[in-house]
Amino acid sequence: MGKPFEIVILSGKGGTGKTSITAAFASIAENAVFADCDVDAADLHLLLTPEIYHSEKFPSGTKAEINQELCTGCCICYDLCRFHAIQFYKENFKVDEYACEGCGLCVEACPANAISITQFANNNIYFANCRFGPMIYGKLGIAEENSGKLVAKIRQYTKDKSIEKNAVFIIADGPPGIGCPVISSVTGADLVIAVTEPTLSGWHDLQRLIEMIGRFRTPVNVIINKCDLNENMSRTIENNLTDLGIPVLGKLPYDDTIVHAMLEGKTINEFKPEGFIAKELSKMWKKILN
Amino acid sequence: MKIAITSGKGGTGKTTVSTALFYVLSKHLKYNVQLLDCDAEEPNCQIFLKSQKSKVSPVHIAIPSIDTDKCTFCGKCKDICAFNAIIMLPSARFIEVVEDMCHGCGACSYVCNDNAITGKNKEIGFITHHNYYAREDFIEGRMHVGSALQTRVIRETIQQSGNQDIILFDSPPGTSCPVIATVSQADYVIMVTEPTPFGLHDLKLMTETVKQIGKKYGIIINKAGLDYYPLYDYILREKINLLGEIPFKKEYARAYSQGEILTENDKSLRNTFMVIINKILNGKAI
Repeated sequence: MGKPFEIVILSGKGGTGKTSITAAFASIAENAVFADCDVDAADLHLLLTPEIYHSEKFPSGTKAEINQELCTGCCICYDLCRFHAIQFYKENFKVDEYACEGCGLCVEACPANAISITQFANNNIYFANCRFGPMIYGKLGIAEENSGKLVAKIRQYTKDKSIEKNAVFIIADGPPGIGCPVISSVTGADLVIAVTEPTLSGWHDLQRLIEMIGRFRTPVNVIINKCDLNENMSRTIENNLTDLGIPVLGKLPYDDTIVHAMLEGKTINEFKPEGFIAKELSKMWKKILN
Repeated sequence: MKIAITSGKGGTGKTTVSTALFYVLSKHLKYNVQLLDCDAEEPNCQIFLKSQKSKVSPVHIAIPSIDTDKCTFCGKCKDICAFNAIIMLPSARFIEVVEDMCHGCGACSYVCNDNAITGKNKEIGFITHHNYYAREDFIEGRMHVGSALQTRVIRETIQQSGNQDIILFDSPPGTSCPVIATVSQADYVIMVTEPTPFGLHDLKLMTETVKQIGKKYGIIINKAGLDYYPLYDYILREKINLLGEIPFKKEYARAYSQGEILTENDKSLRNTFMVIINKILNGKAI
């Protein structure tokens, strides 16, 4: 058995339907392992309702702290910090925890050894099983960081699990945007499915996503969701993608079946298997198989 | 007053709300207001404002450049780097900075005893000032594609804000670093949600985040009309102020798709926003 084929579902713009489409593919795919890489706002588990059998903590942020009794007020850390994270407040130097990136320069430079850095572990990784197969997902601690590394770890565990289970596919729900957790979701994946919508924002964001993925040379297929919202825009996007040599995997009309399936905690293909949307998604999955 | 417009879940209507508030505050209430697009990964406000650029400034970080002739391969720079951005192979006299991993903190050059590390500028994005209703009343932060330092671009964008009476931050989605970089600089946080299980789930995460940072907050329900009671139940029990509701209408979705500011052509929605603004500015939402 070879290496599993890893598919990541992304969008650039949020709210285009990534998670509902990921869940639908999860219900169609055979022999697959699932991951939710949108660690900021993980929603896939609401549809796949997995049972967790193991969880572990993962490092979140690092925070520097100044011991006021040792601090001599020499200002060295204040001058050196490039993130402006050292603040002078009520006659004391303090670290702005939201600006601090945990580089450790202040700790190294402090002549009074007054600064220490603490590594927190408030991020979680869950190992679970859902009705379609194994699922691994994460949850960022409240107001915590390090999402890029958390995504990388989730993908690694998912890969391990897929090898253990002899799985053919990894299907991962990705985060919106094009920043660090997205880059972390894409590196080394076999296929990106980008879900967009026919709006100026959707197209703008998709172009930036395609440019970002291009740096990794990962193939991209696009699904245009809610395509009847603006038929002209939908056609323009399709034509532009053809010019770029990017295949359109399929188009889905606006349909409140997606919301009603969500309300019941089901995937679209379980909720209304004979419906248009479910049938289209099955066709798209067949295209992926080929 | 600085107001951040956030959501947790993406696509709930942050930009719709930000541009609508900007319009009503500027055009109808004649406030001295500025809008900042802080979603540096995917900035969208410009699509709706179609405004005139007045000033563009790049955002740089100083990244290290290592002189291999001076380097003694002692490994101090590699050891202190918290971002694993320095790769070194002493036997091959090889040392390199992985530019995309570097945060530009300067720790490596600080610990280098051989004077082998100098800084060079790397552009990670740019900030554009625009004139819309008034001079420089709209600023956009835009990260270069491929960079992972969206937070730095956001901080710089906020730093360049003016002294207007009201400053609106259109925040990125989610709850992690870029959102915190935005919300931590605000006085008041509007959370935009939608009446679906995904919307509620992510709203709860956002509420916890905003509470942790210690900001005042209220909720706008967008795409209202679906009788998803758990959302209303949550808002009621948590005693969160419901600032207003924007109904789901296909024509709103269509207007959005074409880059129209919703309140520009819809009187009743304009009134909805007047009420929202009143609740926030009169302190009733706090």
